[in-house]
Amino acid sequence: MGKKRTIRTIPQERTPMVQRPAAERARDFTEVACGYAPGEALREASRCLLCPDEPCVRGCPVGIDIPGFIERLGEQDVRGAYEVLSATTLLPAICGRVCPQETQCEGVCTVGGTLEPVAIGRLERFVGDAAIAEGWASVPSAEPNTFHVAVIGSGPAGMACAADLAKAGCAVTVFEALQQPGGVLRYGIPDFRLPNEVIDAEIGKLARLGINFRCNTLVGRLFTVEQLIRDMGFHAVFIAVGAGAPSFMGIPGESLNGVLSANELLTRANLMRARDFPAVDTPLGTLGRVAVVGAGNTAMDALRVSVRSGAETVSCVYRRSRTEAPARAEELAHAEEEGVDFNWLTEPVAVQGDGERRVRGLLCRRMALSEPDASGRARPVPVPGSEFELECDTVVFAIGTSANGILGRTSQLELDERGYIRVDQDLETSMDGVFAGGDIVTGAATVIEAMGAGRRAAGSIKRYLGLAAAEAEHVPASDGDGMLFGLGPEQRGYARVHLA
Amino acid sequence: MAMTVVRPAAYEVVRRLDLSDVSFLVEVRDPDVARAARAGQFVMVMSHAGGERIPLTIADFDRERGTITLVIQAVGKTTREMQRELRVGASLHALAGPMGEPSRTEGVRKVVCVGGGLGVAPTYPVARAFKQSGAYVIGVIGFRSKDLVFWEDEFRAVCDELIVCSDDGSVGIKGLVTEGIAQAISRHADIDELIAIGPPVMMRGCAELTRPHGIRTVVSLNPIMVDGTGMCGGCRVRVGGRMRFACVDGPEFDAHEVDFDDLMSRLRRFRPEEKLALDRWEQGCRIAAPADVPSG
Repeated sequence: MGKKRTIRTIPQERTPMVQRPAAERARDFTEVACGYAPGEALREASRCLLCPDEPCVRGCPVGIDIPGFIERLGEQDVRGAYEVLSATTLLPAICGRVCPQETQCEGVCTVGGTLEPVAIGRLERFVGDAAIAEGWASVPSAEPNTFHVAVIGSGPAGMACAADLAKAGCAVTVFEALQQPGGVLRYGIPDFRLPNEVIDAEIGKLARLGINFRCNTLVGRLFTVEQLIRDMGFHAVFIAVGAGAPSFMGIPGESLNGVLSANELLTRANLMRARDFPAVDTPLGTLGRVAVVGAGNTAMDALRVSVRSGAETVSCVYRRSRTEAPARAEELAHAEEEGVDFNWLTEPVAVQGDGERRVRGLLCRRMALSEPDASGRARPVPVPGSEFELECDTVVFAIGTSANGILGRTSQLELDERGYIRVDQDLETSMDGVFAGGDIVTGAATVIEAMGAGRRAAGSIKRYLGLAAAEAEHVPASDGDGMLFGLGPEQRGYARVHLA
Repeated sequence: MAMTVVRPAAYEVVRRLDLSDVSFLVEVRDPDVARAARAGQFVMVMSHAGGERIPLTIADFDRERGTITLVIQAVGKTTREMQRELRVGASLHALAGPMGEPSRTEGVRKVVCVGGGLGVAPTYPVARAFKQSGAYVIGVIGFRSKDLVFWEDEFRAVCDELIVCSDDGSVGIKGLVTEGIAQAISRHADIDELIAIGPPVMMRGCAELTRPHGIRTVVSLNPIMVDGTGMCGGCRVRVGGRMRFACVDGPEFDAHEVDFDDLMSRLRRFRPEEKLALDRWEQGCRIAAPADVPSG
């Protein structure tokens, strides 16, 4: 390397990523952000100071060696960068797209203290996409041990846990209730944010690790968690079924036709491809004028799917202000660019019907912000006499989810008072050998947090099976630094991540 | 290309029986589901990769043969296409289940099991489960006419009494299943429970009939679903003023608490899309039909 980089010598401006114009992209489901070209990636990589402090690594829920991969990228060694990433994450093309980097790695980037932070997520995506395009797969040939582990749920937590356990030589079976694997990545996140081909490619890598995916399998009903251990030969189980059950507000009119959950809208559009109806059989229905309640990432997805699915107008209704909106800044900006009308400080009071049990509008009232509440956000209070009707034909609730009760009802698992699965600090449940993580433990969180929980659970399961002590983790890849899969010898089988 | 990873079972159709021009029965191989299935549960089915996920109540299961039986009414595009395609040897694209809470049979000494039309099929395993749990089972099954009757022998084998009703009087007593229920109630003062499976209108009729008698009444609801696992909330129904998800809280609910108007209006939710899909499919069939086969 040449002269030491300083904040003065690096490119001052963050390298922009080409995005398709709002008017064009709002009509289809092709990806919005086009990704870096090699030259752009190289330039952005040169903005990393490779600082010894490495705050970004600590900012990452799974502790990716971020300076390590960026350094390789800067040396035009994309394959090498991919190897560094693969030591920690098998899913860089996904994480590079859907992680909230601005509050994680990029949020603590040293460069970001003075200039705009290094675009770590975009660089990760560049490397992940290159690996898919080139057919690279850094798949270690793990020496099999004798352990069988069942993973329930094929979303991000399940995938991350399965990957770590397969790398440690366990025979892993992932059970998925739907007809395709991927969980929320498949049914929830739309193609314009995460194309299906990327999910397929990343899952393909897991399959090459020897992970067995069994779709159409609803654990709890087809067989119970107890049966997995008692009758089916699994030595440990990881439950990663997600939170699942959509919440409604409990206001009048929620059973009118035209009212649906964001989960339903997204599952129809994404998993079932309803946007291609009638070429496929699952309908989306006539959306007309759409009002989406909520301002989180799921709400943004629902808004932007509606824009692309023939809605006449698309409005967001949120009881706090833009500042408090939980969605990522980028998603919010994209929704605004695509023509979504935002009604901040607005709370629904009732869904109004047309007399034939169809939605006619959403009765709302204006809110004002008061002192902060328990969540630290300004508490919205109604403005007296401010009711008004927002005319619409479709109302989508994107106000969160609660625990899916199927596993709780069909097993002896101990639940907390809200129905989530209770775990100890090692993510072990009240049942011996049964671990749980992700949204079914914490309530709805992000993809990367779920992946972090999956990796943490894998560490606990390895310890539970005695693998860490037995040094059964296998196959040092190419480098000889003693690191296996991103874990040093002293840490093998132990968690390096912390849930937010 | 979407990756498809399935359970080892291929969901193959091993038997088919046409019950009428618009209804048919298929016995599908799935040893796992056959082993786990209990009366009252349902499965989610996709007939092809671009198909809908539709809920079908399990009409029978045979653990030794490793099969489940589904009875399908060919009313829309999806089910008409299944009627055409699901011959012996064909396979479903996806089959997941069993889903929903099984029927509760404990503590019931005398029960009336009511099936109307195609609802007769899923009533059968419920009647059988009550019989196995030691209850005195009175079956009431209703059809439009004699030529649509099926599974009469099966019901006789698991019922202590069986009342067959037909709309036109061509078999059994003339009238709706409510006529049969009235007869059962008049003969038995000690009925603990009545369970009714059939069209919503019929189930509401049963609920209204039993309400003054104070007989606990259970109905099995079949609203529109996408995933069937509690994730989409499309199947929400109003029961006792509360929102419940039929897929995970049901499908069986207290009939006296169910808001049937709400259920029926929500079943009409995709009426325009259903018509469009069916018209389009029928048009495609006419174009594809060989000249010597009468079409339309």
